[in-house]
Amino acid sequence: MPNYTSHGRVYEVDEDGFLQDPSLWNEEVAKDFMATEGIGDLSQDHWKVIRYIRDYYLQFGIAPMVRKVCKQTGFSLKEIYNLFPSGPAKGACKLAGLPKPTGCV
Amino acid sequence: MPDDNKKTPLLDELEKGPWPSFVKEIKSAAESEPMAADLLGQLELSYQEKISHWKHGGIVGVMGYGGGVIGRYSDVPEKFPNVAHFHTMRVNMPSGWFYTSEVLRKICDIWERHGSGLFNFHGSTGDIILLGTRTDQLEPTFQELTHLGFDLGGSGSVMRSPSACVGQARCEWACYDTMDLCNEITHTYQDELHRPPFPYKFKFKFSGCPNDCVASIARADLSIIGTWKDDIQQDNAAIAEYAAAGVDIQKDVCDHCPTKCMEWDGKKLKIQNRECVRCMHCINVLPKALRPGKEKGAVVLIGAKAPILQGALLSSVLIPFVPADELLETLKELVSRIWDFWGEYGNNRERVGELIQRVGMATFLDAIGLDPVPEMISAPRDNPYIFFKKEDAEAAGDGNGAAAQR
Repeated sequence: MPNYTSHGRVYEVDEDGFLQDPSLWNEEVAKDFMATEGIGDLSQDHWKVIRYIRDYYLQFGIAPMVRKVCKQTGFSLKEIYNLFPSGPAKGACKLAGLPKPTGCV
Repeated sequence: MPDDNKKTPLLDELEKGPWPSFVKEIKSAAESEPMAADLLGQLELSYQEKISHWKHGGIVGVMGYGGGVIGRYSDVPEKFPNVAHFHTMRVNMPSGWFYTSEVLRKICDIWERHGSGLFNFHGSTGDIILLGTRTDQLEPTFQELTHLGFDLGGSGSVMRSPSACVGQARCEWACYDTMDLCNEITHTYQDELHRPPFPYKFKFKFSGCPNDCVASIARADLSIIGTWKDDIQQDNAAIAEYAAAGVDIQKDVCDHCPTKCMEWDGKKLKIQNRECVRCMHCINVLPKALRPGKEKGAVVLIGAKAPILQGALLSSVLIPFVPADELLETLKELVSRIWDFWGEYGNNRERVGELIQRVGMATFLDAIGLDPVPEMISAPRDNPYIFFKKEDAEAAGDGNGAAAQR
């Protein structure tokens, strides 16, 4: 497995850069990973999305559907992409420390 | 790479026979492209072991888009390092698949610089499929494609790249301008194409006539199929010419008509247009003599899908006839209602056709504000989709019928 290093911390990640062990997540992880997803700084809005996804994952064991993310955070899909340019499935889930969502082709 | 990798006895079988072979093509690419060589090696291994050596899933993409790239990783990268990453990029095709050879050459050049140089022209989605590249090459490829005037297509839970038959550009049967409508829908729903908002994929396919050359009735969540309202246009002199030239009108035309709506007395063809189900058979056999009617438009159908999670579905009639010049506005209004309902009630990875099966067509029609009409079914009392509500039947003064009891 490849490693990702940021600020002296070494993380085991999968080939797409998702944290291998979701239980190792903390807020520092989100900050360390933001550069890989084209994010310069984490605002309150970013945290709102990250925390919602993280909480949902801890409760249900999967990532929430996009529509739910929009509804619960109050952001439109466009605003979510402004916050996370690589998209909610890749960017936001990665920063929230979720395992890679297995999407469909 | 050891020479062993170049031995592909199982794949070689696929080169035999008169038809084109992808093995032949990949071998020829492998002479100058190491990715193609390792692709063959891994595929041979899959044939030996009868298992795919691509890992499941993979999330890669370009900034700003949530779709268009399908992540592929080898699960035996140590054996085939050149295909350790082998991502697919979908490129939105032009309506009707028209290109200049100059543009095709440029796409080839881009892909030789940034990827394996291998393509599907076209995938079953309709898109140009660029096969095989590394994560770090995605953005540069995207940039170059954009400069050439191309955009990525759809993948994942998005509106997939809408596709259309060649339509009025080359085909005299087209009952509406498929290429134009496909282009309009593509531009109208750019957000839905690039940023997955849905429970699952959603496909539009536009066919100009019931021959349905893009097989929309079998594959599209929303099928728009050209049709006509009035009578088949008939040129009796031309029919006589066909007969004189040896076409057996009775056997080759009348006997194949699914509703037996035509009669041939040896001189004249009589068509009971009221019985015609627009199958196109007679028009296909006698193209110079018969043509679709003059009052043209399209039928809108919903819910087809190929088997992945559940079995295959064919689409069902939603709107029996929309005049050609009202299609775009009608579709815009219709899909906003469909997407609202599906987005709200669809389960994760549930196609709209499966949702309709789950909740029932009557509930679905009610939810999107459409009234059931007889043209939605093939024969009266033959289809369990629609039940009359008791109050409706009573209001119509038929409170004692079996329908009201149900």
